[in-house]
Amino acid sequence: MKAARGITSRAHPLWLAYILHRLSGLTLALFLPLHFWVLSLAMTNPARLDGMLHLTEAGMLKLIEFGLVFLLAVHMFGGLRLMALEWLPWSAPQKLLAAGAAALSFLIATLFLMRAI
Amino acid sequence: MLTLRLYLLQRITALLMAPLVLGHLAVMIYAIRGGLSAAEILGRTQGSVLWFMFYGTFVLAVAIHGAIGLRAILHEWAGVKGATLEVVMWITGLGLFTLGARAVWAVTIV
Amino acid sequence: MTTNILKVTIDRGAGASSVQSVFNVPAYDNQTVLDVVSWVQQNADQTLSYRFACRVGMCGSCAMMVNGVPRWTCRTHVSKVLNGHEIEIGPLRNLPVIKDLAVDMDPFFDKWVAAEAVHHPSASRKEPIAAVDENSKARVAANAGIECINCAVCYAACDTVTGNPDYLGPAALQRAWTLLNDAKDDGRLAILESVSGAGGCHNCHSMGSCTAYCPNDLDPMSAIAGLKRETFKSLFKRGL
Repeated sequence: MKAARGITSRAHPLWLAYILHRLSGLTLALFLPLHFWVLSLAMTNPARLDGMLHLTEAGMLKLIEFGLVFLLAVHMFGGLRLMALEWLPWSAPQKLLAAGAAALSFLIATLFLMRAI
Repeated sequence: MLTLRLYLLQRITALLMAPLVLGHLAVMIYAIRGGLSAAEILGRTQGSVLWFMFYGTFVLAVAIHGAIGLRAILHEWAGVKGATLEVVMWITGLGLFTLGARAVWAVTIV
Repeated sequence: MTTNILKVTIDRGAGASSVQSVFNVPAYDNQTVLDVVSWVQQNADQTLSYRFACRVGMCGSCAMMVNGVPRWTCRTHVSKVLNGHEIEIGPLRNLPVIKDLAVDMDPFFDKWVAAEAVHHPSASRKEPIAAVDENSKARVAANAGIECINCAVCYAACDTVTGNPDYLGPAALQRAWTLLNDAKDDGRLAILESVSGAGGCHNCHSMGSCTAYCPNDLDPMSAIAGLKRETFKSLFKRGL
């Protein structure tokens, strides 16, 4: 509790972006071996792969999948934000606008795609 | 702990993966309509040079990117350093690449 | 002229044997955190160790952690940080504590030198003074960072320093950046090499705590980003 307060007392928007980027990256890196192993079942045990894929229909796993897709998107946009911050000599408000525009356009594109299919 | 070379590799693999991640997200949104099945996935990917290149590049980049990222986290949050840190980074990278290459092989070639 | 009492918790001692002491300090309308610490030392416990000099935000010696945030105590009004009627005061993070609120600044200044954040003369006193174009891009970049007074607030705010003891930190790297942009400094190669090493600018994750907490409103994070750009530009020029 005290340790948590020691961290959160210094939190600010850019720091939250940093911690989100780090935790999403860590989670994705830990998930990858499982992801790869399941796909390689196509070679070693196709029946088991089908069984695993049907498992993804379960409610709890659906939520986890949504979480992973969200983390992937967040990590990618967080990374693009970081590279813009480091490499493009833009002012802070310009960067904020650019990040907002990218996020908004991605949201619109996703909505469009989900309606289209 | 992070040198210029590791920093650049991390950013180059990130730039390389940005469009690949967008592609992967699009495929996922498209693929989950009506549930996932092995036959459906393999029908799309098997024997396709394009998917082999797409996911082959992705796996190579993510193995490098993930290994360098974990290196930073292990050093800063777990105090791993020196030769141990180098070895762990290489094992992570080679491990991710091996597992990923097997998966790409399984869904596009075999 | 008030009967209000502040409950002030202060870290005492150093390292594993450190403890916290609680003091009841009279509250006044105009009172800085440094006033509170001084009141404790003068009226409650003469053995309390702390450091200050100018009291007006020029010397950079009175920085401490106030409710978990690094601040100049002399320029921090109590009303700005008061948590109910309580304040917690501790020594700066990321530096070894000598005793109570006084930290050993040696690692901070050693890194300053390790980052080549020292003057590299480009001419001797026998030569005429070179003209500096105040409006050149490099001078504007240098000017943005030269008001640093080495208070180590940014160093204490940075979590990358906490996890990576070799990391040179925001203050030293920002000074290296101002010198890199200084027409009168001749240390370009030495600076680029020292900030590209194992503890160099590439360890920065742009979390921005240095910029968020700098009491002088400087922007070390952007200075470090400048170093990142310059180091890889020079790498491409020399060939990978």
